[in-house]
Amino acid sequence: MKDSAIQKITEDLLPQKFGKQGKIWVAFLSVLCIIGFIAYCRQLSKGLVVTGMRDYVSWGIYISNFVFFVAISLVGSLITAVLRLTNAEWSTPLTRIAEIIAVSAITFASLIIIVDMGRPDRFYNLFIHGRLQSPIIWDVIVITTYFFISLLLLYFPLLPDLQILLRFKERTNKRLYWLYGFLGSFWKDTPQQIKISRRAVNILSITIIPVAFSIHTVTSWLFATTYRPGWDSTNFGAYFISGAFLVGAGAVIVAMYVFRSHYNLERYITYSHFDKMGKILVMLALLYLYFNVNEFLVPAFKMKKSEEDHLMGLFTGEFAPVFWFAICTAMIIPILILVNRKGRRPLPAFIAGLLVVVGSWFKRYLIVTPTLLHPFLPMHDVPESYKHYFPTWEEWAIAIGSLAGAMLIITIFARIFPIIPIHETITETEQHEKE
Amino acid sequence: METKDNSRREFIAAGLLAGLALAGCSAKKNPFEPDTLEEVKPSGEMVKLLSVDGKVIEVDKAFLKPVPELPAIPNDIARKGIAGKKFVMVIDLSRCKSLKKCQAACNHMHHIHPGQNWIKVYPMQDAEHTAPYWEPTTCMHCDEPPCVKVCPVDATFKRQDGIVLIDSDRCIGCRFCMAACPYSSRVFNWEDPGVPEDIAKQPYSCETSVPQKKGTVGKCDFCPDMARKGELPHCVSACPNGVFAFGDMNEDTVTNGSETFRFSDLIRDKAGYRLMEDLGTKPSVYYLPPVNRNFPFENNEGKEEGKHS
Repeated sequence: MKDSAIQKITEDLLPQKFGKQGKIWVAFLSVLCIIGFIAYCRQLSKGLVVTGMRDYVSWGIYISNFVFFVAISLVGSLITAVLRLTNAEWSTPLTRIAEIIAVSAITFASLIIIVDMGRPDRFYNLFIHGRLQSPIIWDVIVITTYFFISLLLLYFPLLPDLQILLRFKERTNKRLYWLYGFLGSFWKDTPQQIKISRRAVNILSITIIPVAFSIHTVTSWLFATTYRPGWDSTNFGAYFISGAFLVGAGAVIVAMYVFRSHYNLERYITYSHFDKMGKILVMLALLYLYFNVNEFLVPAFKMKKSEEDHLMGLFTGEFAPVFWFAICTAMIIPILILVNRKGRRPLPAFIAGLLVVVGSWFKRYLIVTPTLLHPFLPMHDVPESYKHYFPTWEEWAIAIGSLAGAMLIITIFARIFPIIPIHETITETEQHEKE
Repeated sequence: METKDNSRREFIAAGLLAGLALAGCSAKKNPFEPDTLEEVKPSGEMVKLLSVDGKVIEVDKAFLKPVPELPAIPNDIARKGIAGKKFVMVIDLSRCKSLKKCQAACNHMHHIHPGQNWIKVYPMQDAEHTAPYWEPTTCMHCDEPPCVKVCPVDATFKRQDGIVLIDSDRCIGCRFCMAACPYSSRVFNWEDPGVPEDIAKQPYSCETSVPQKKGTVGKCDFCPDMARKGELPHCVSACPNGVFAFGDMNEDTVTNGSETFRFSDLIRDKAGYRLMEDLGTKPSVYYLPPVNRNFPFENNEGKEEGKHS
């Protein structure tokens, strides 16, 4: 391969300084984060009373946001592990996007669960008094494991790229240069190092799959281990996992489109990538639809008394608009768009991905709240406000702030590091030329 | 000679009080530390006391200090429960007319946040053509407690005497127990529960569940502090109609204060049952069906339809 071609790839993929748009975007996200932080300070001083949660609806949008974050983080394992192990080479440019989504989402999943705690000051009790029998402890263990595996899967493939970044001293500022050196100066591209790195990535790719399944299965068990109608389901693990892969793949398509158009990466994230991701998304949406049919049709066929109010509330009652909105935007409309070849072009695919992500957020809300409004014994002997739930501005601010925070991490990561692996792109192009 | 004698007495008195302290203090802050370094002058009035090694001793009254309010039982002992006991409650639905004296007494004694209740009295009607009735609920103190199963930090626990309690000094406020409890018997202190100041600064006791703390879960505790004193839970003694009977299953006896029953006979003769038996939670609270009622069902709370599973 010619040096000029390598030069071109490197030039294209080196991280770029924020333009005007980028600066506005970062400022916008930062403001949302700050508002969320102010709301959290209010919550810390006054207690969870600032939320709309009360004794019946004791879990609200913090928990649905947590489930959403855990779900979206699963995409790291889908793209990097599943596609890598099946030798789907086309997915190489997407691995880093998927992995940074995973890392930032899982970080904010952990933060939002601390936000939901009544006594965050006693967080350490989880370690000194932790009961291994509790699904919460299982979640703490697997989420921590998943976080570190994801971080390593982000870091190891970054090493050769850091070497490239260090070569372009004039293109970066002092602090970033120090950071690149700190993270990657030991990498000398020796055959030995390459071998170790490859093996490590292979081992991590295999281990992350059961861990990824665990994080979301255990998250589903936070609900399924209770007796409540709508949660008491053996279907829950698979239902959550399929939904998680769907929303994660949707998020990757959204990120692909944004990075591609913003950083002019048309040569690297091509029509073919959107086409293939679009097909994957259709498959995942059909899979999730299948589990939804299981989740709702089977109990609805029997209409047990305890389930009836809950199900009717979703199908035709107070939650029906949100329920059908979520089903349509997260599954049906994206399937209809992406099943056509024209629908798998970048723009329509981006819209479909966005619909999936938005619909999935509301789907998580529906998993958490309606069940709590239908307890076994009727809601009674509580103030009237305890019988309803609507998030307060503090809850919205914190939830939106956490979403903005996750996007901010992704944005800043793309500013500092090449969002598309430079080294891997070069080697793969070389291989193709040899063939 | 005189001063030496005094110091010896002081030593004994201190030892005595320290012994009390060991038995009765969760050692959050030593309440026996002198407030000031002032020399206490003997008043000349002597009091006879029993020392820790069983000897009768005399101490000057001036050296005695009233013991500040302490939890009756340290929390590590409260976690174990009372040996040989298996507490049980029987709620007779035929006697309830929803006076809610039980609720008021419970709220008052436990300083529960206004508006929240550990005891709820539900207007129930199982189906369209079945009879309505009042159903008071406490914590069921299940033998297979779903709340204890899910607690990540062992803040809620099951004791050998069957009682399920909460350690509000350990609870992290995750509310998983509230999601797990099918009887909706748990409440959360969403804000500061508004406990009177002198009570709020007492060390928390698992057995009295006082004082309730912001950001933690609370619920009916079967008043084990009363059981230790040989008294009935507040709800039982507050009810003028004798709806609640409390007792020990091992003794096969329950009492509502004025009447005492053989538990097994009562349950057999009146066809006692437990709530949501199908869930397998094995509650310690038994119900007697609302037959041959003392009062007709009158619901003045506004129309509210109950459902039952």
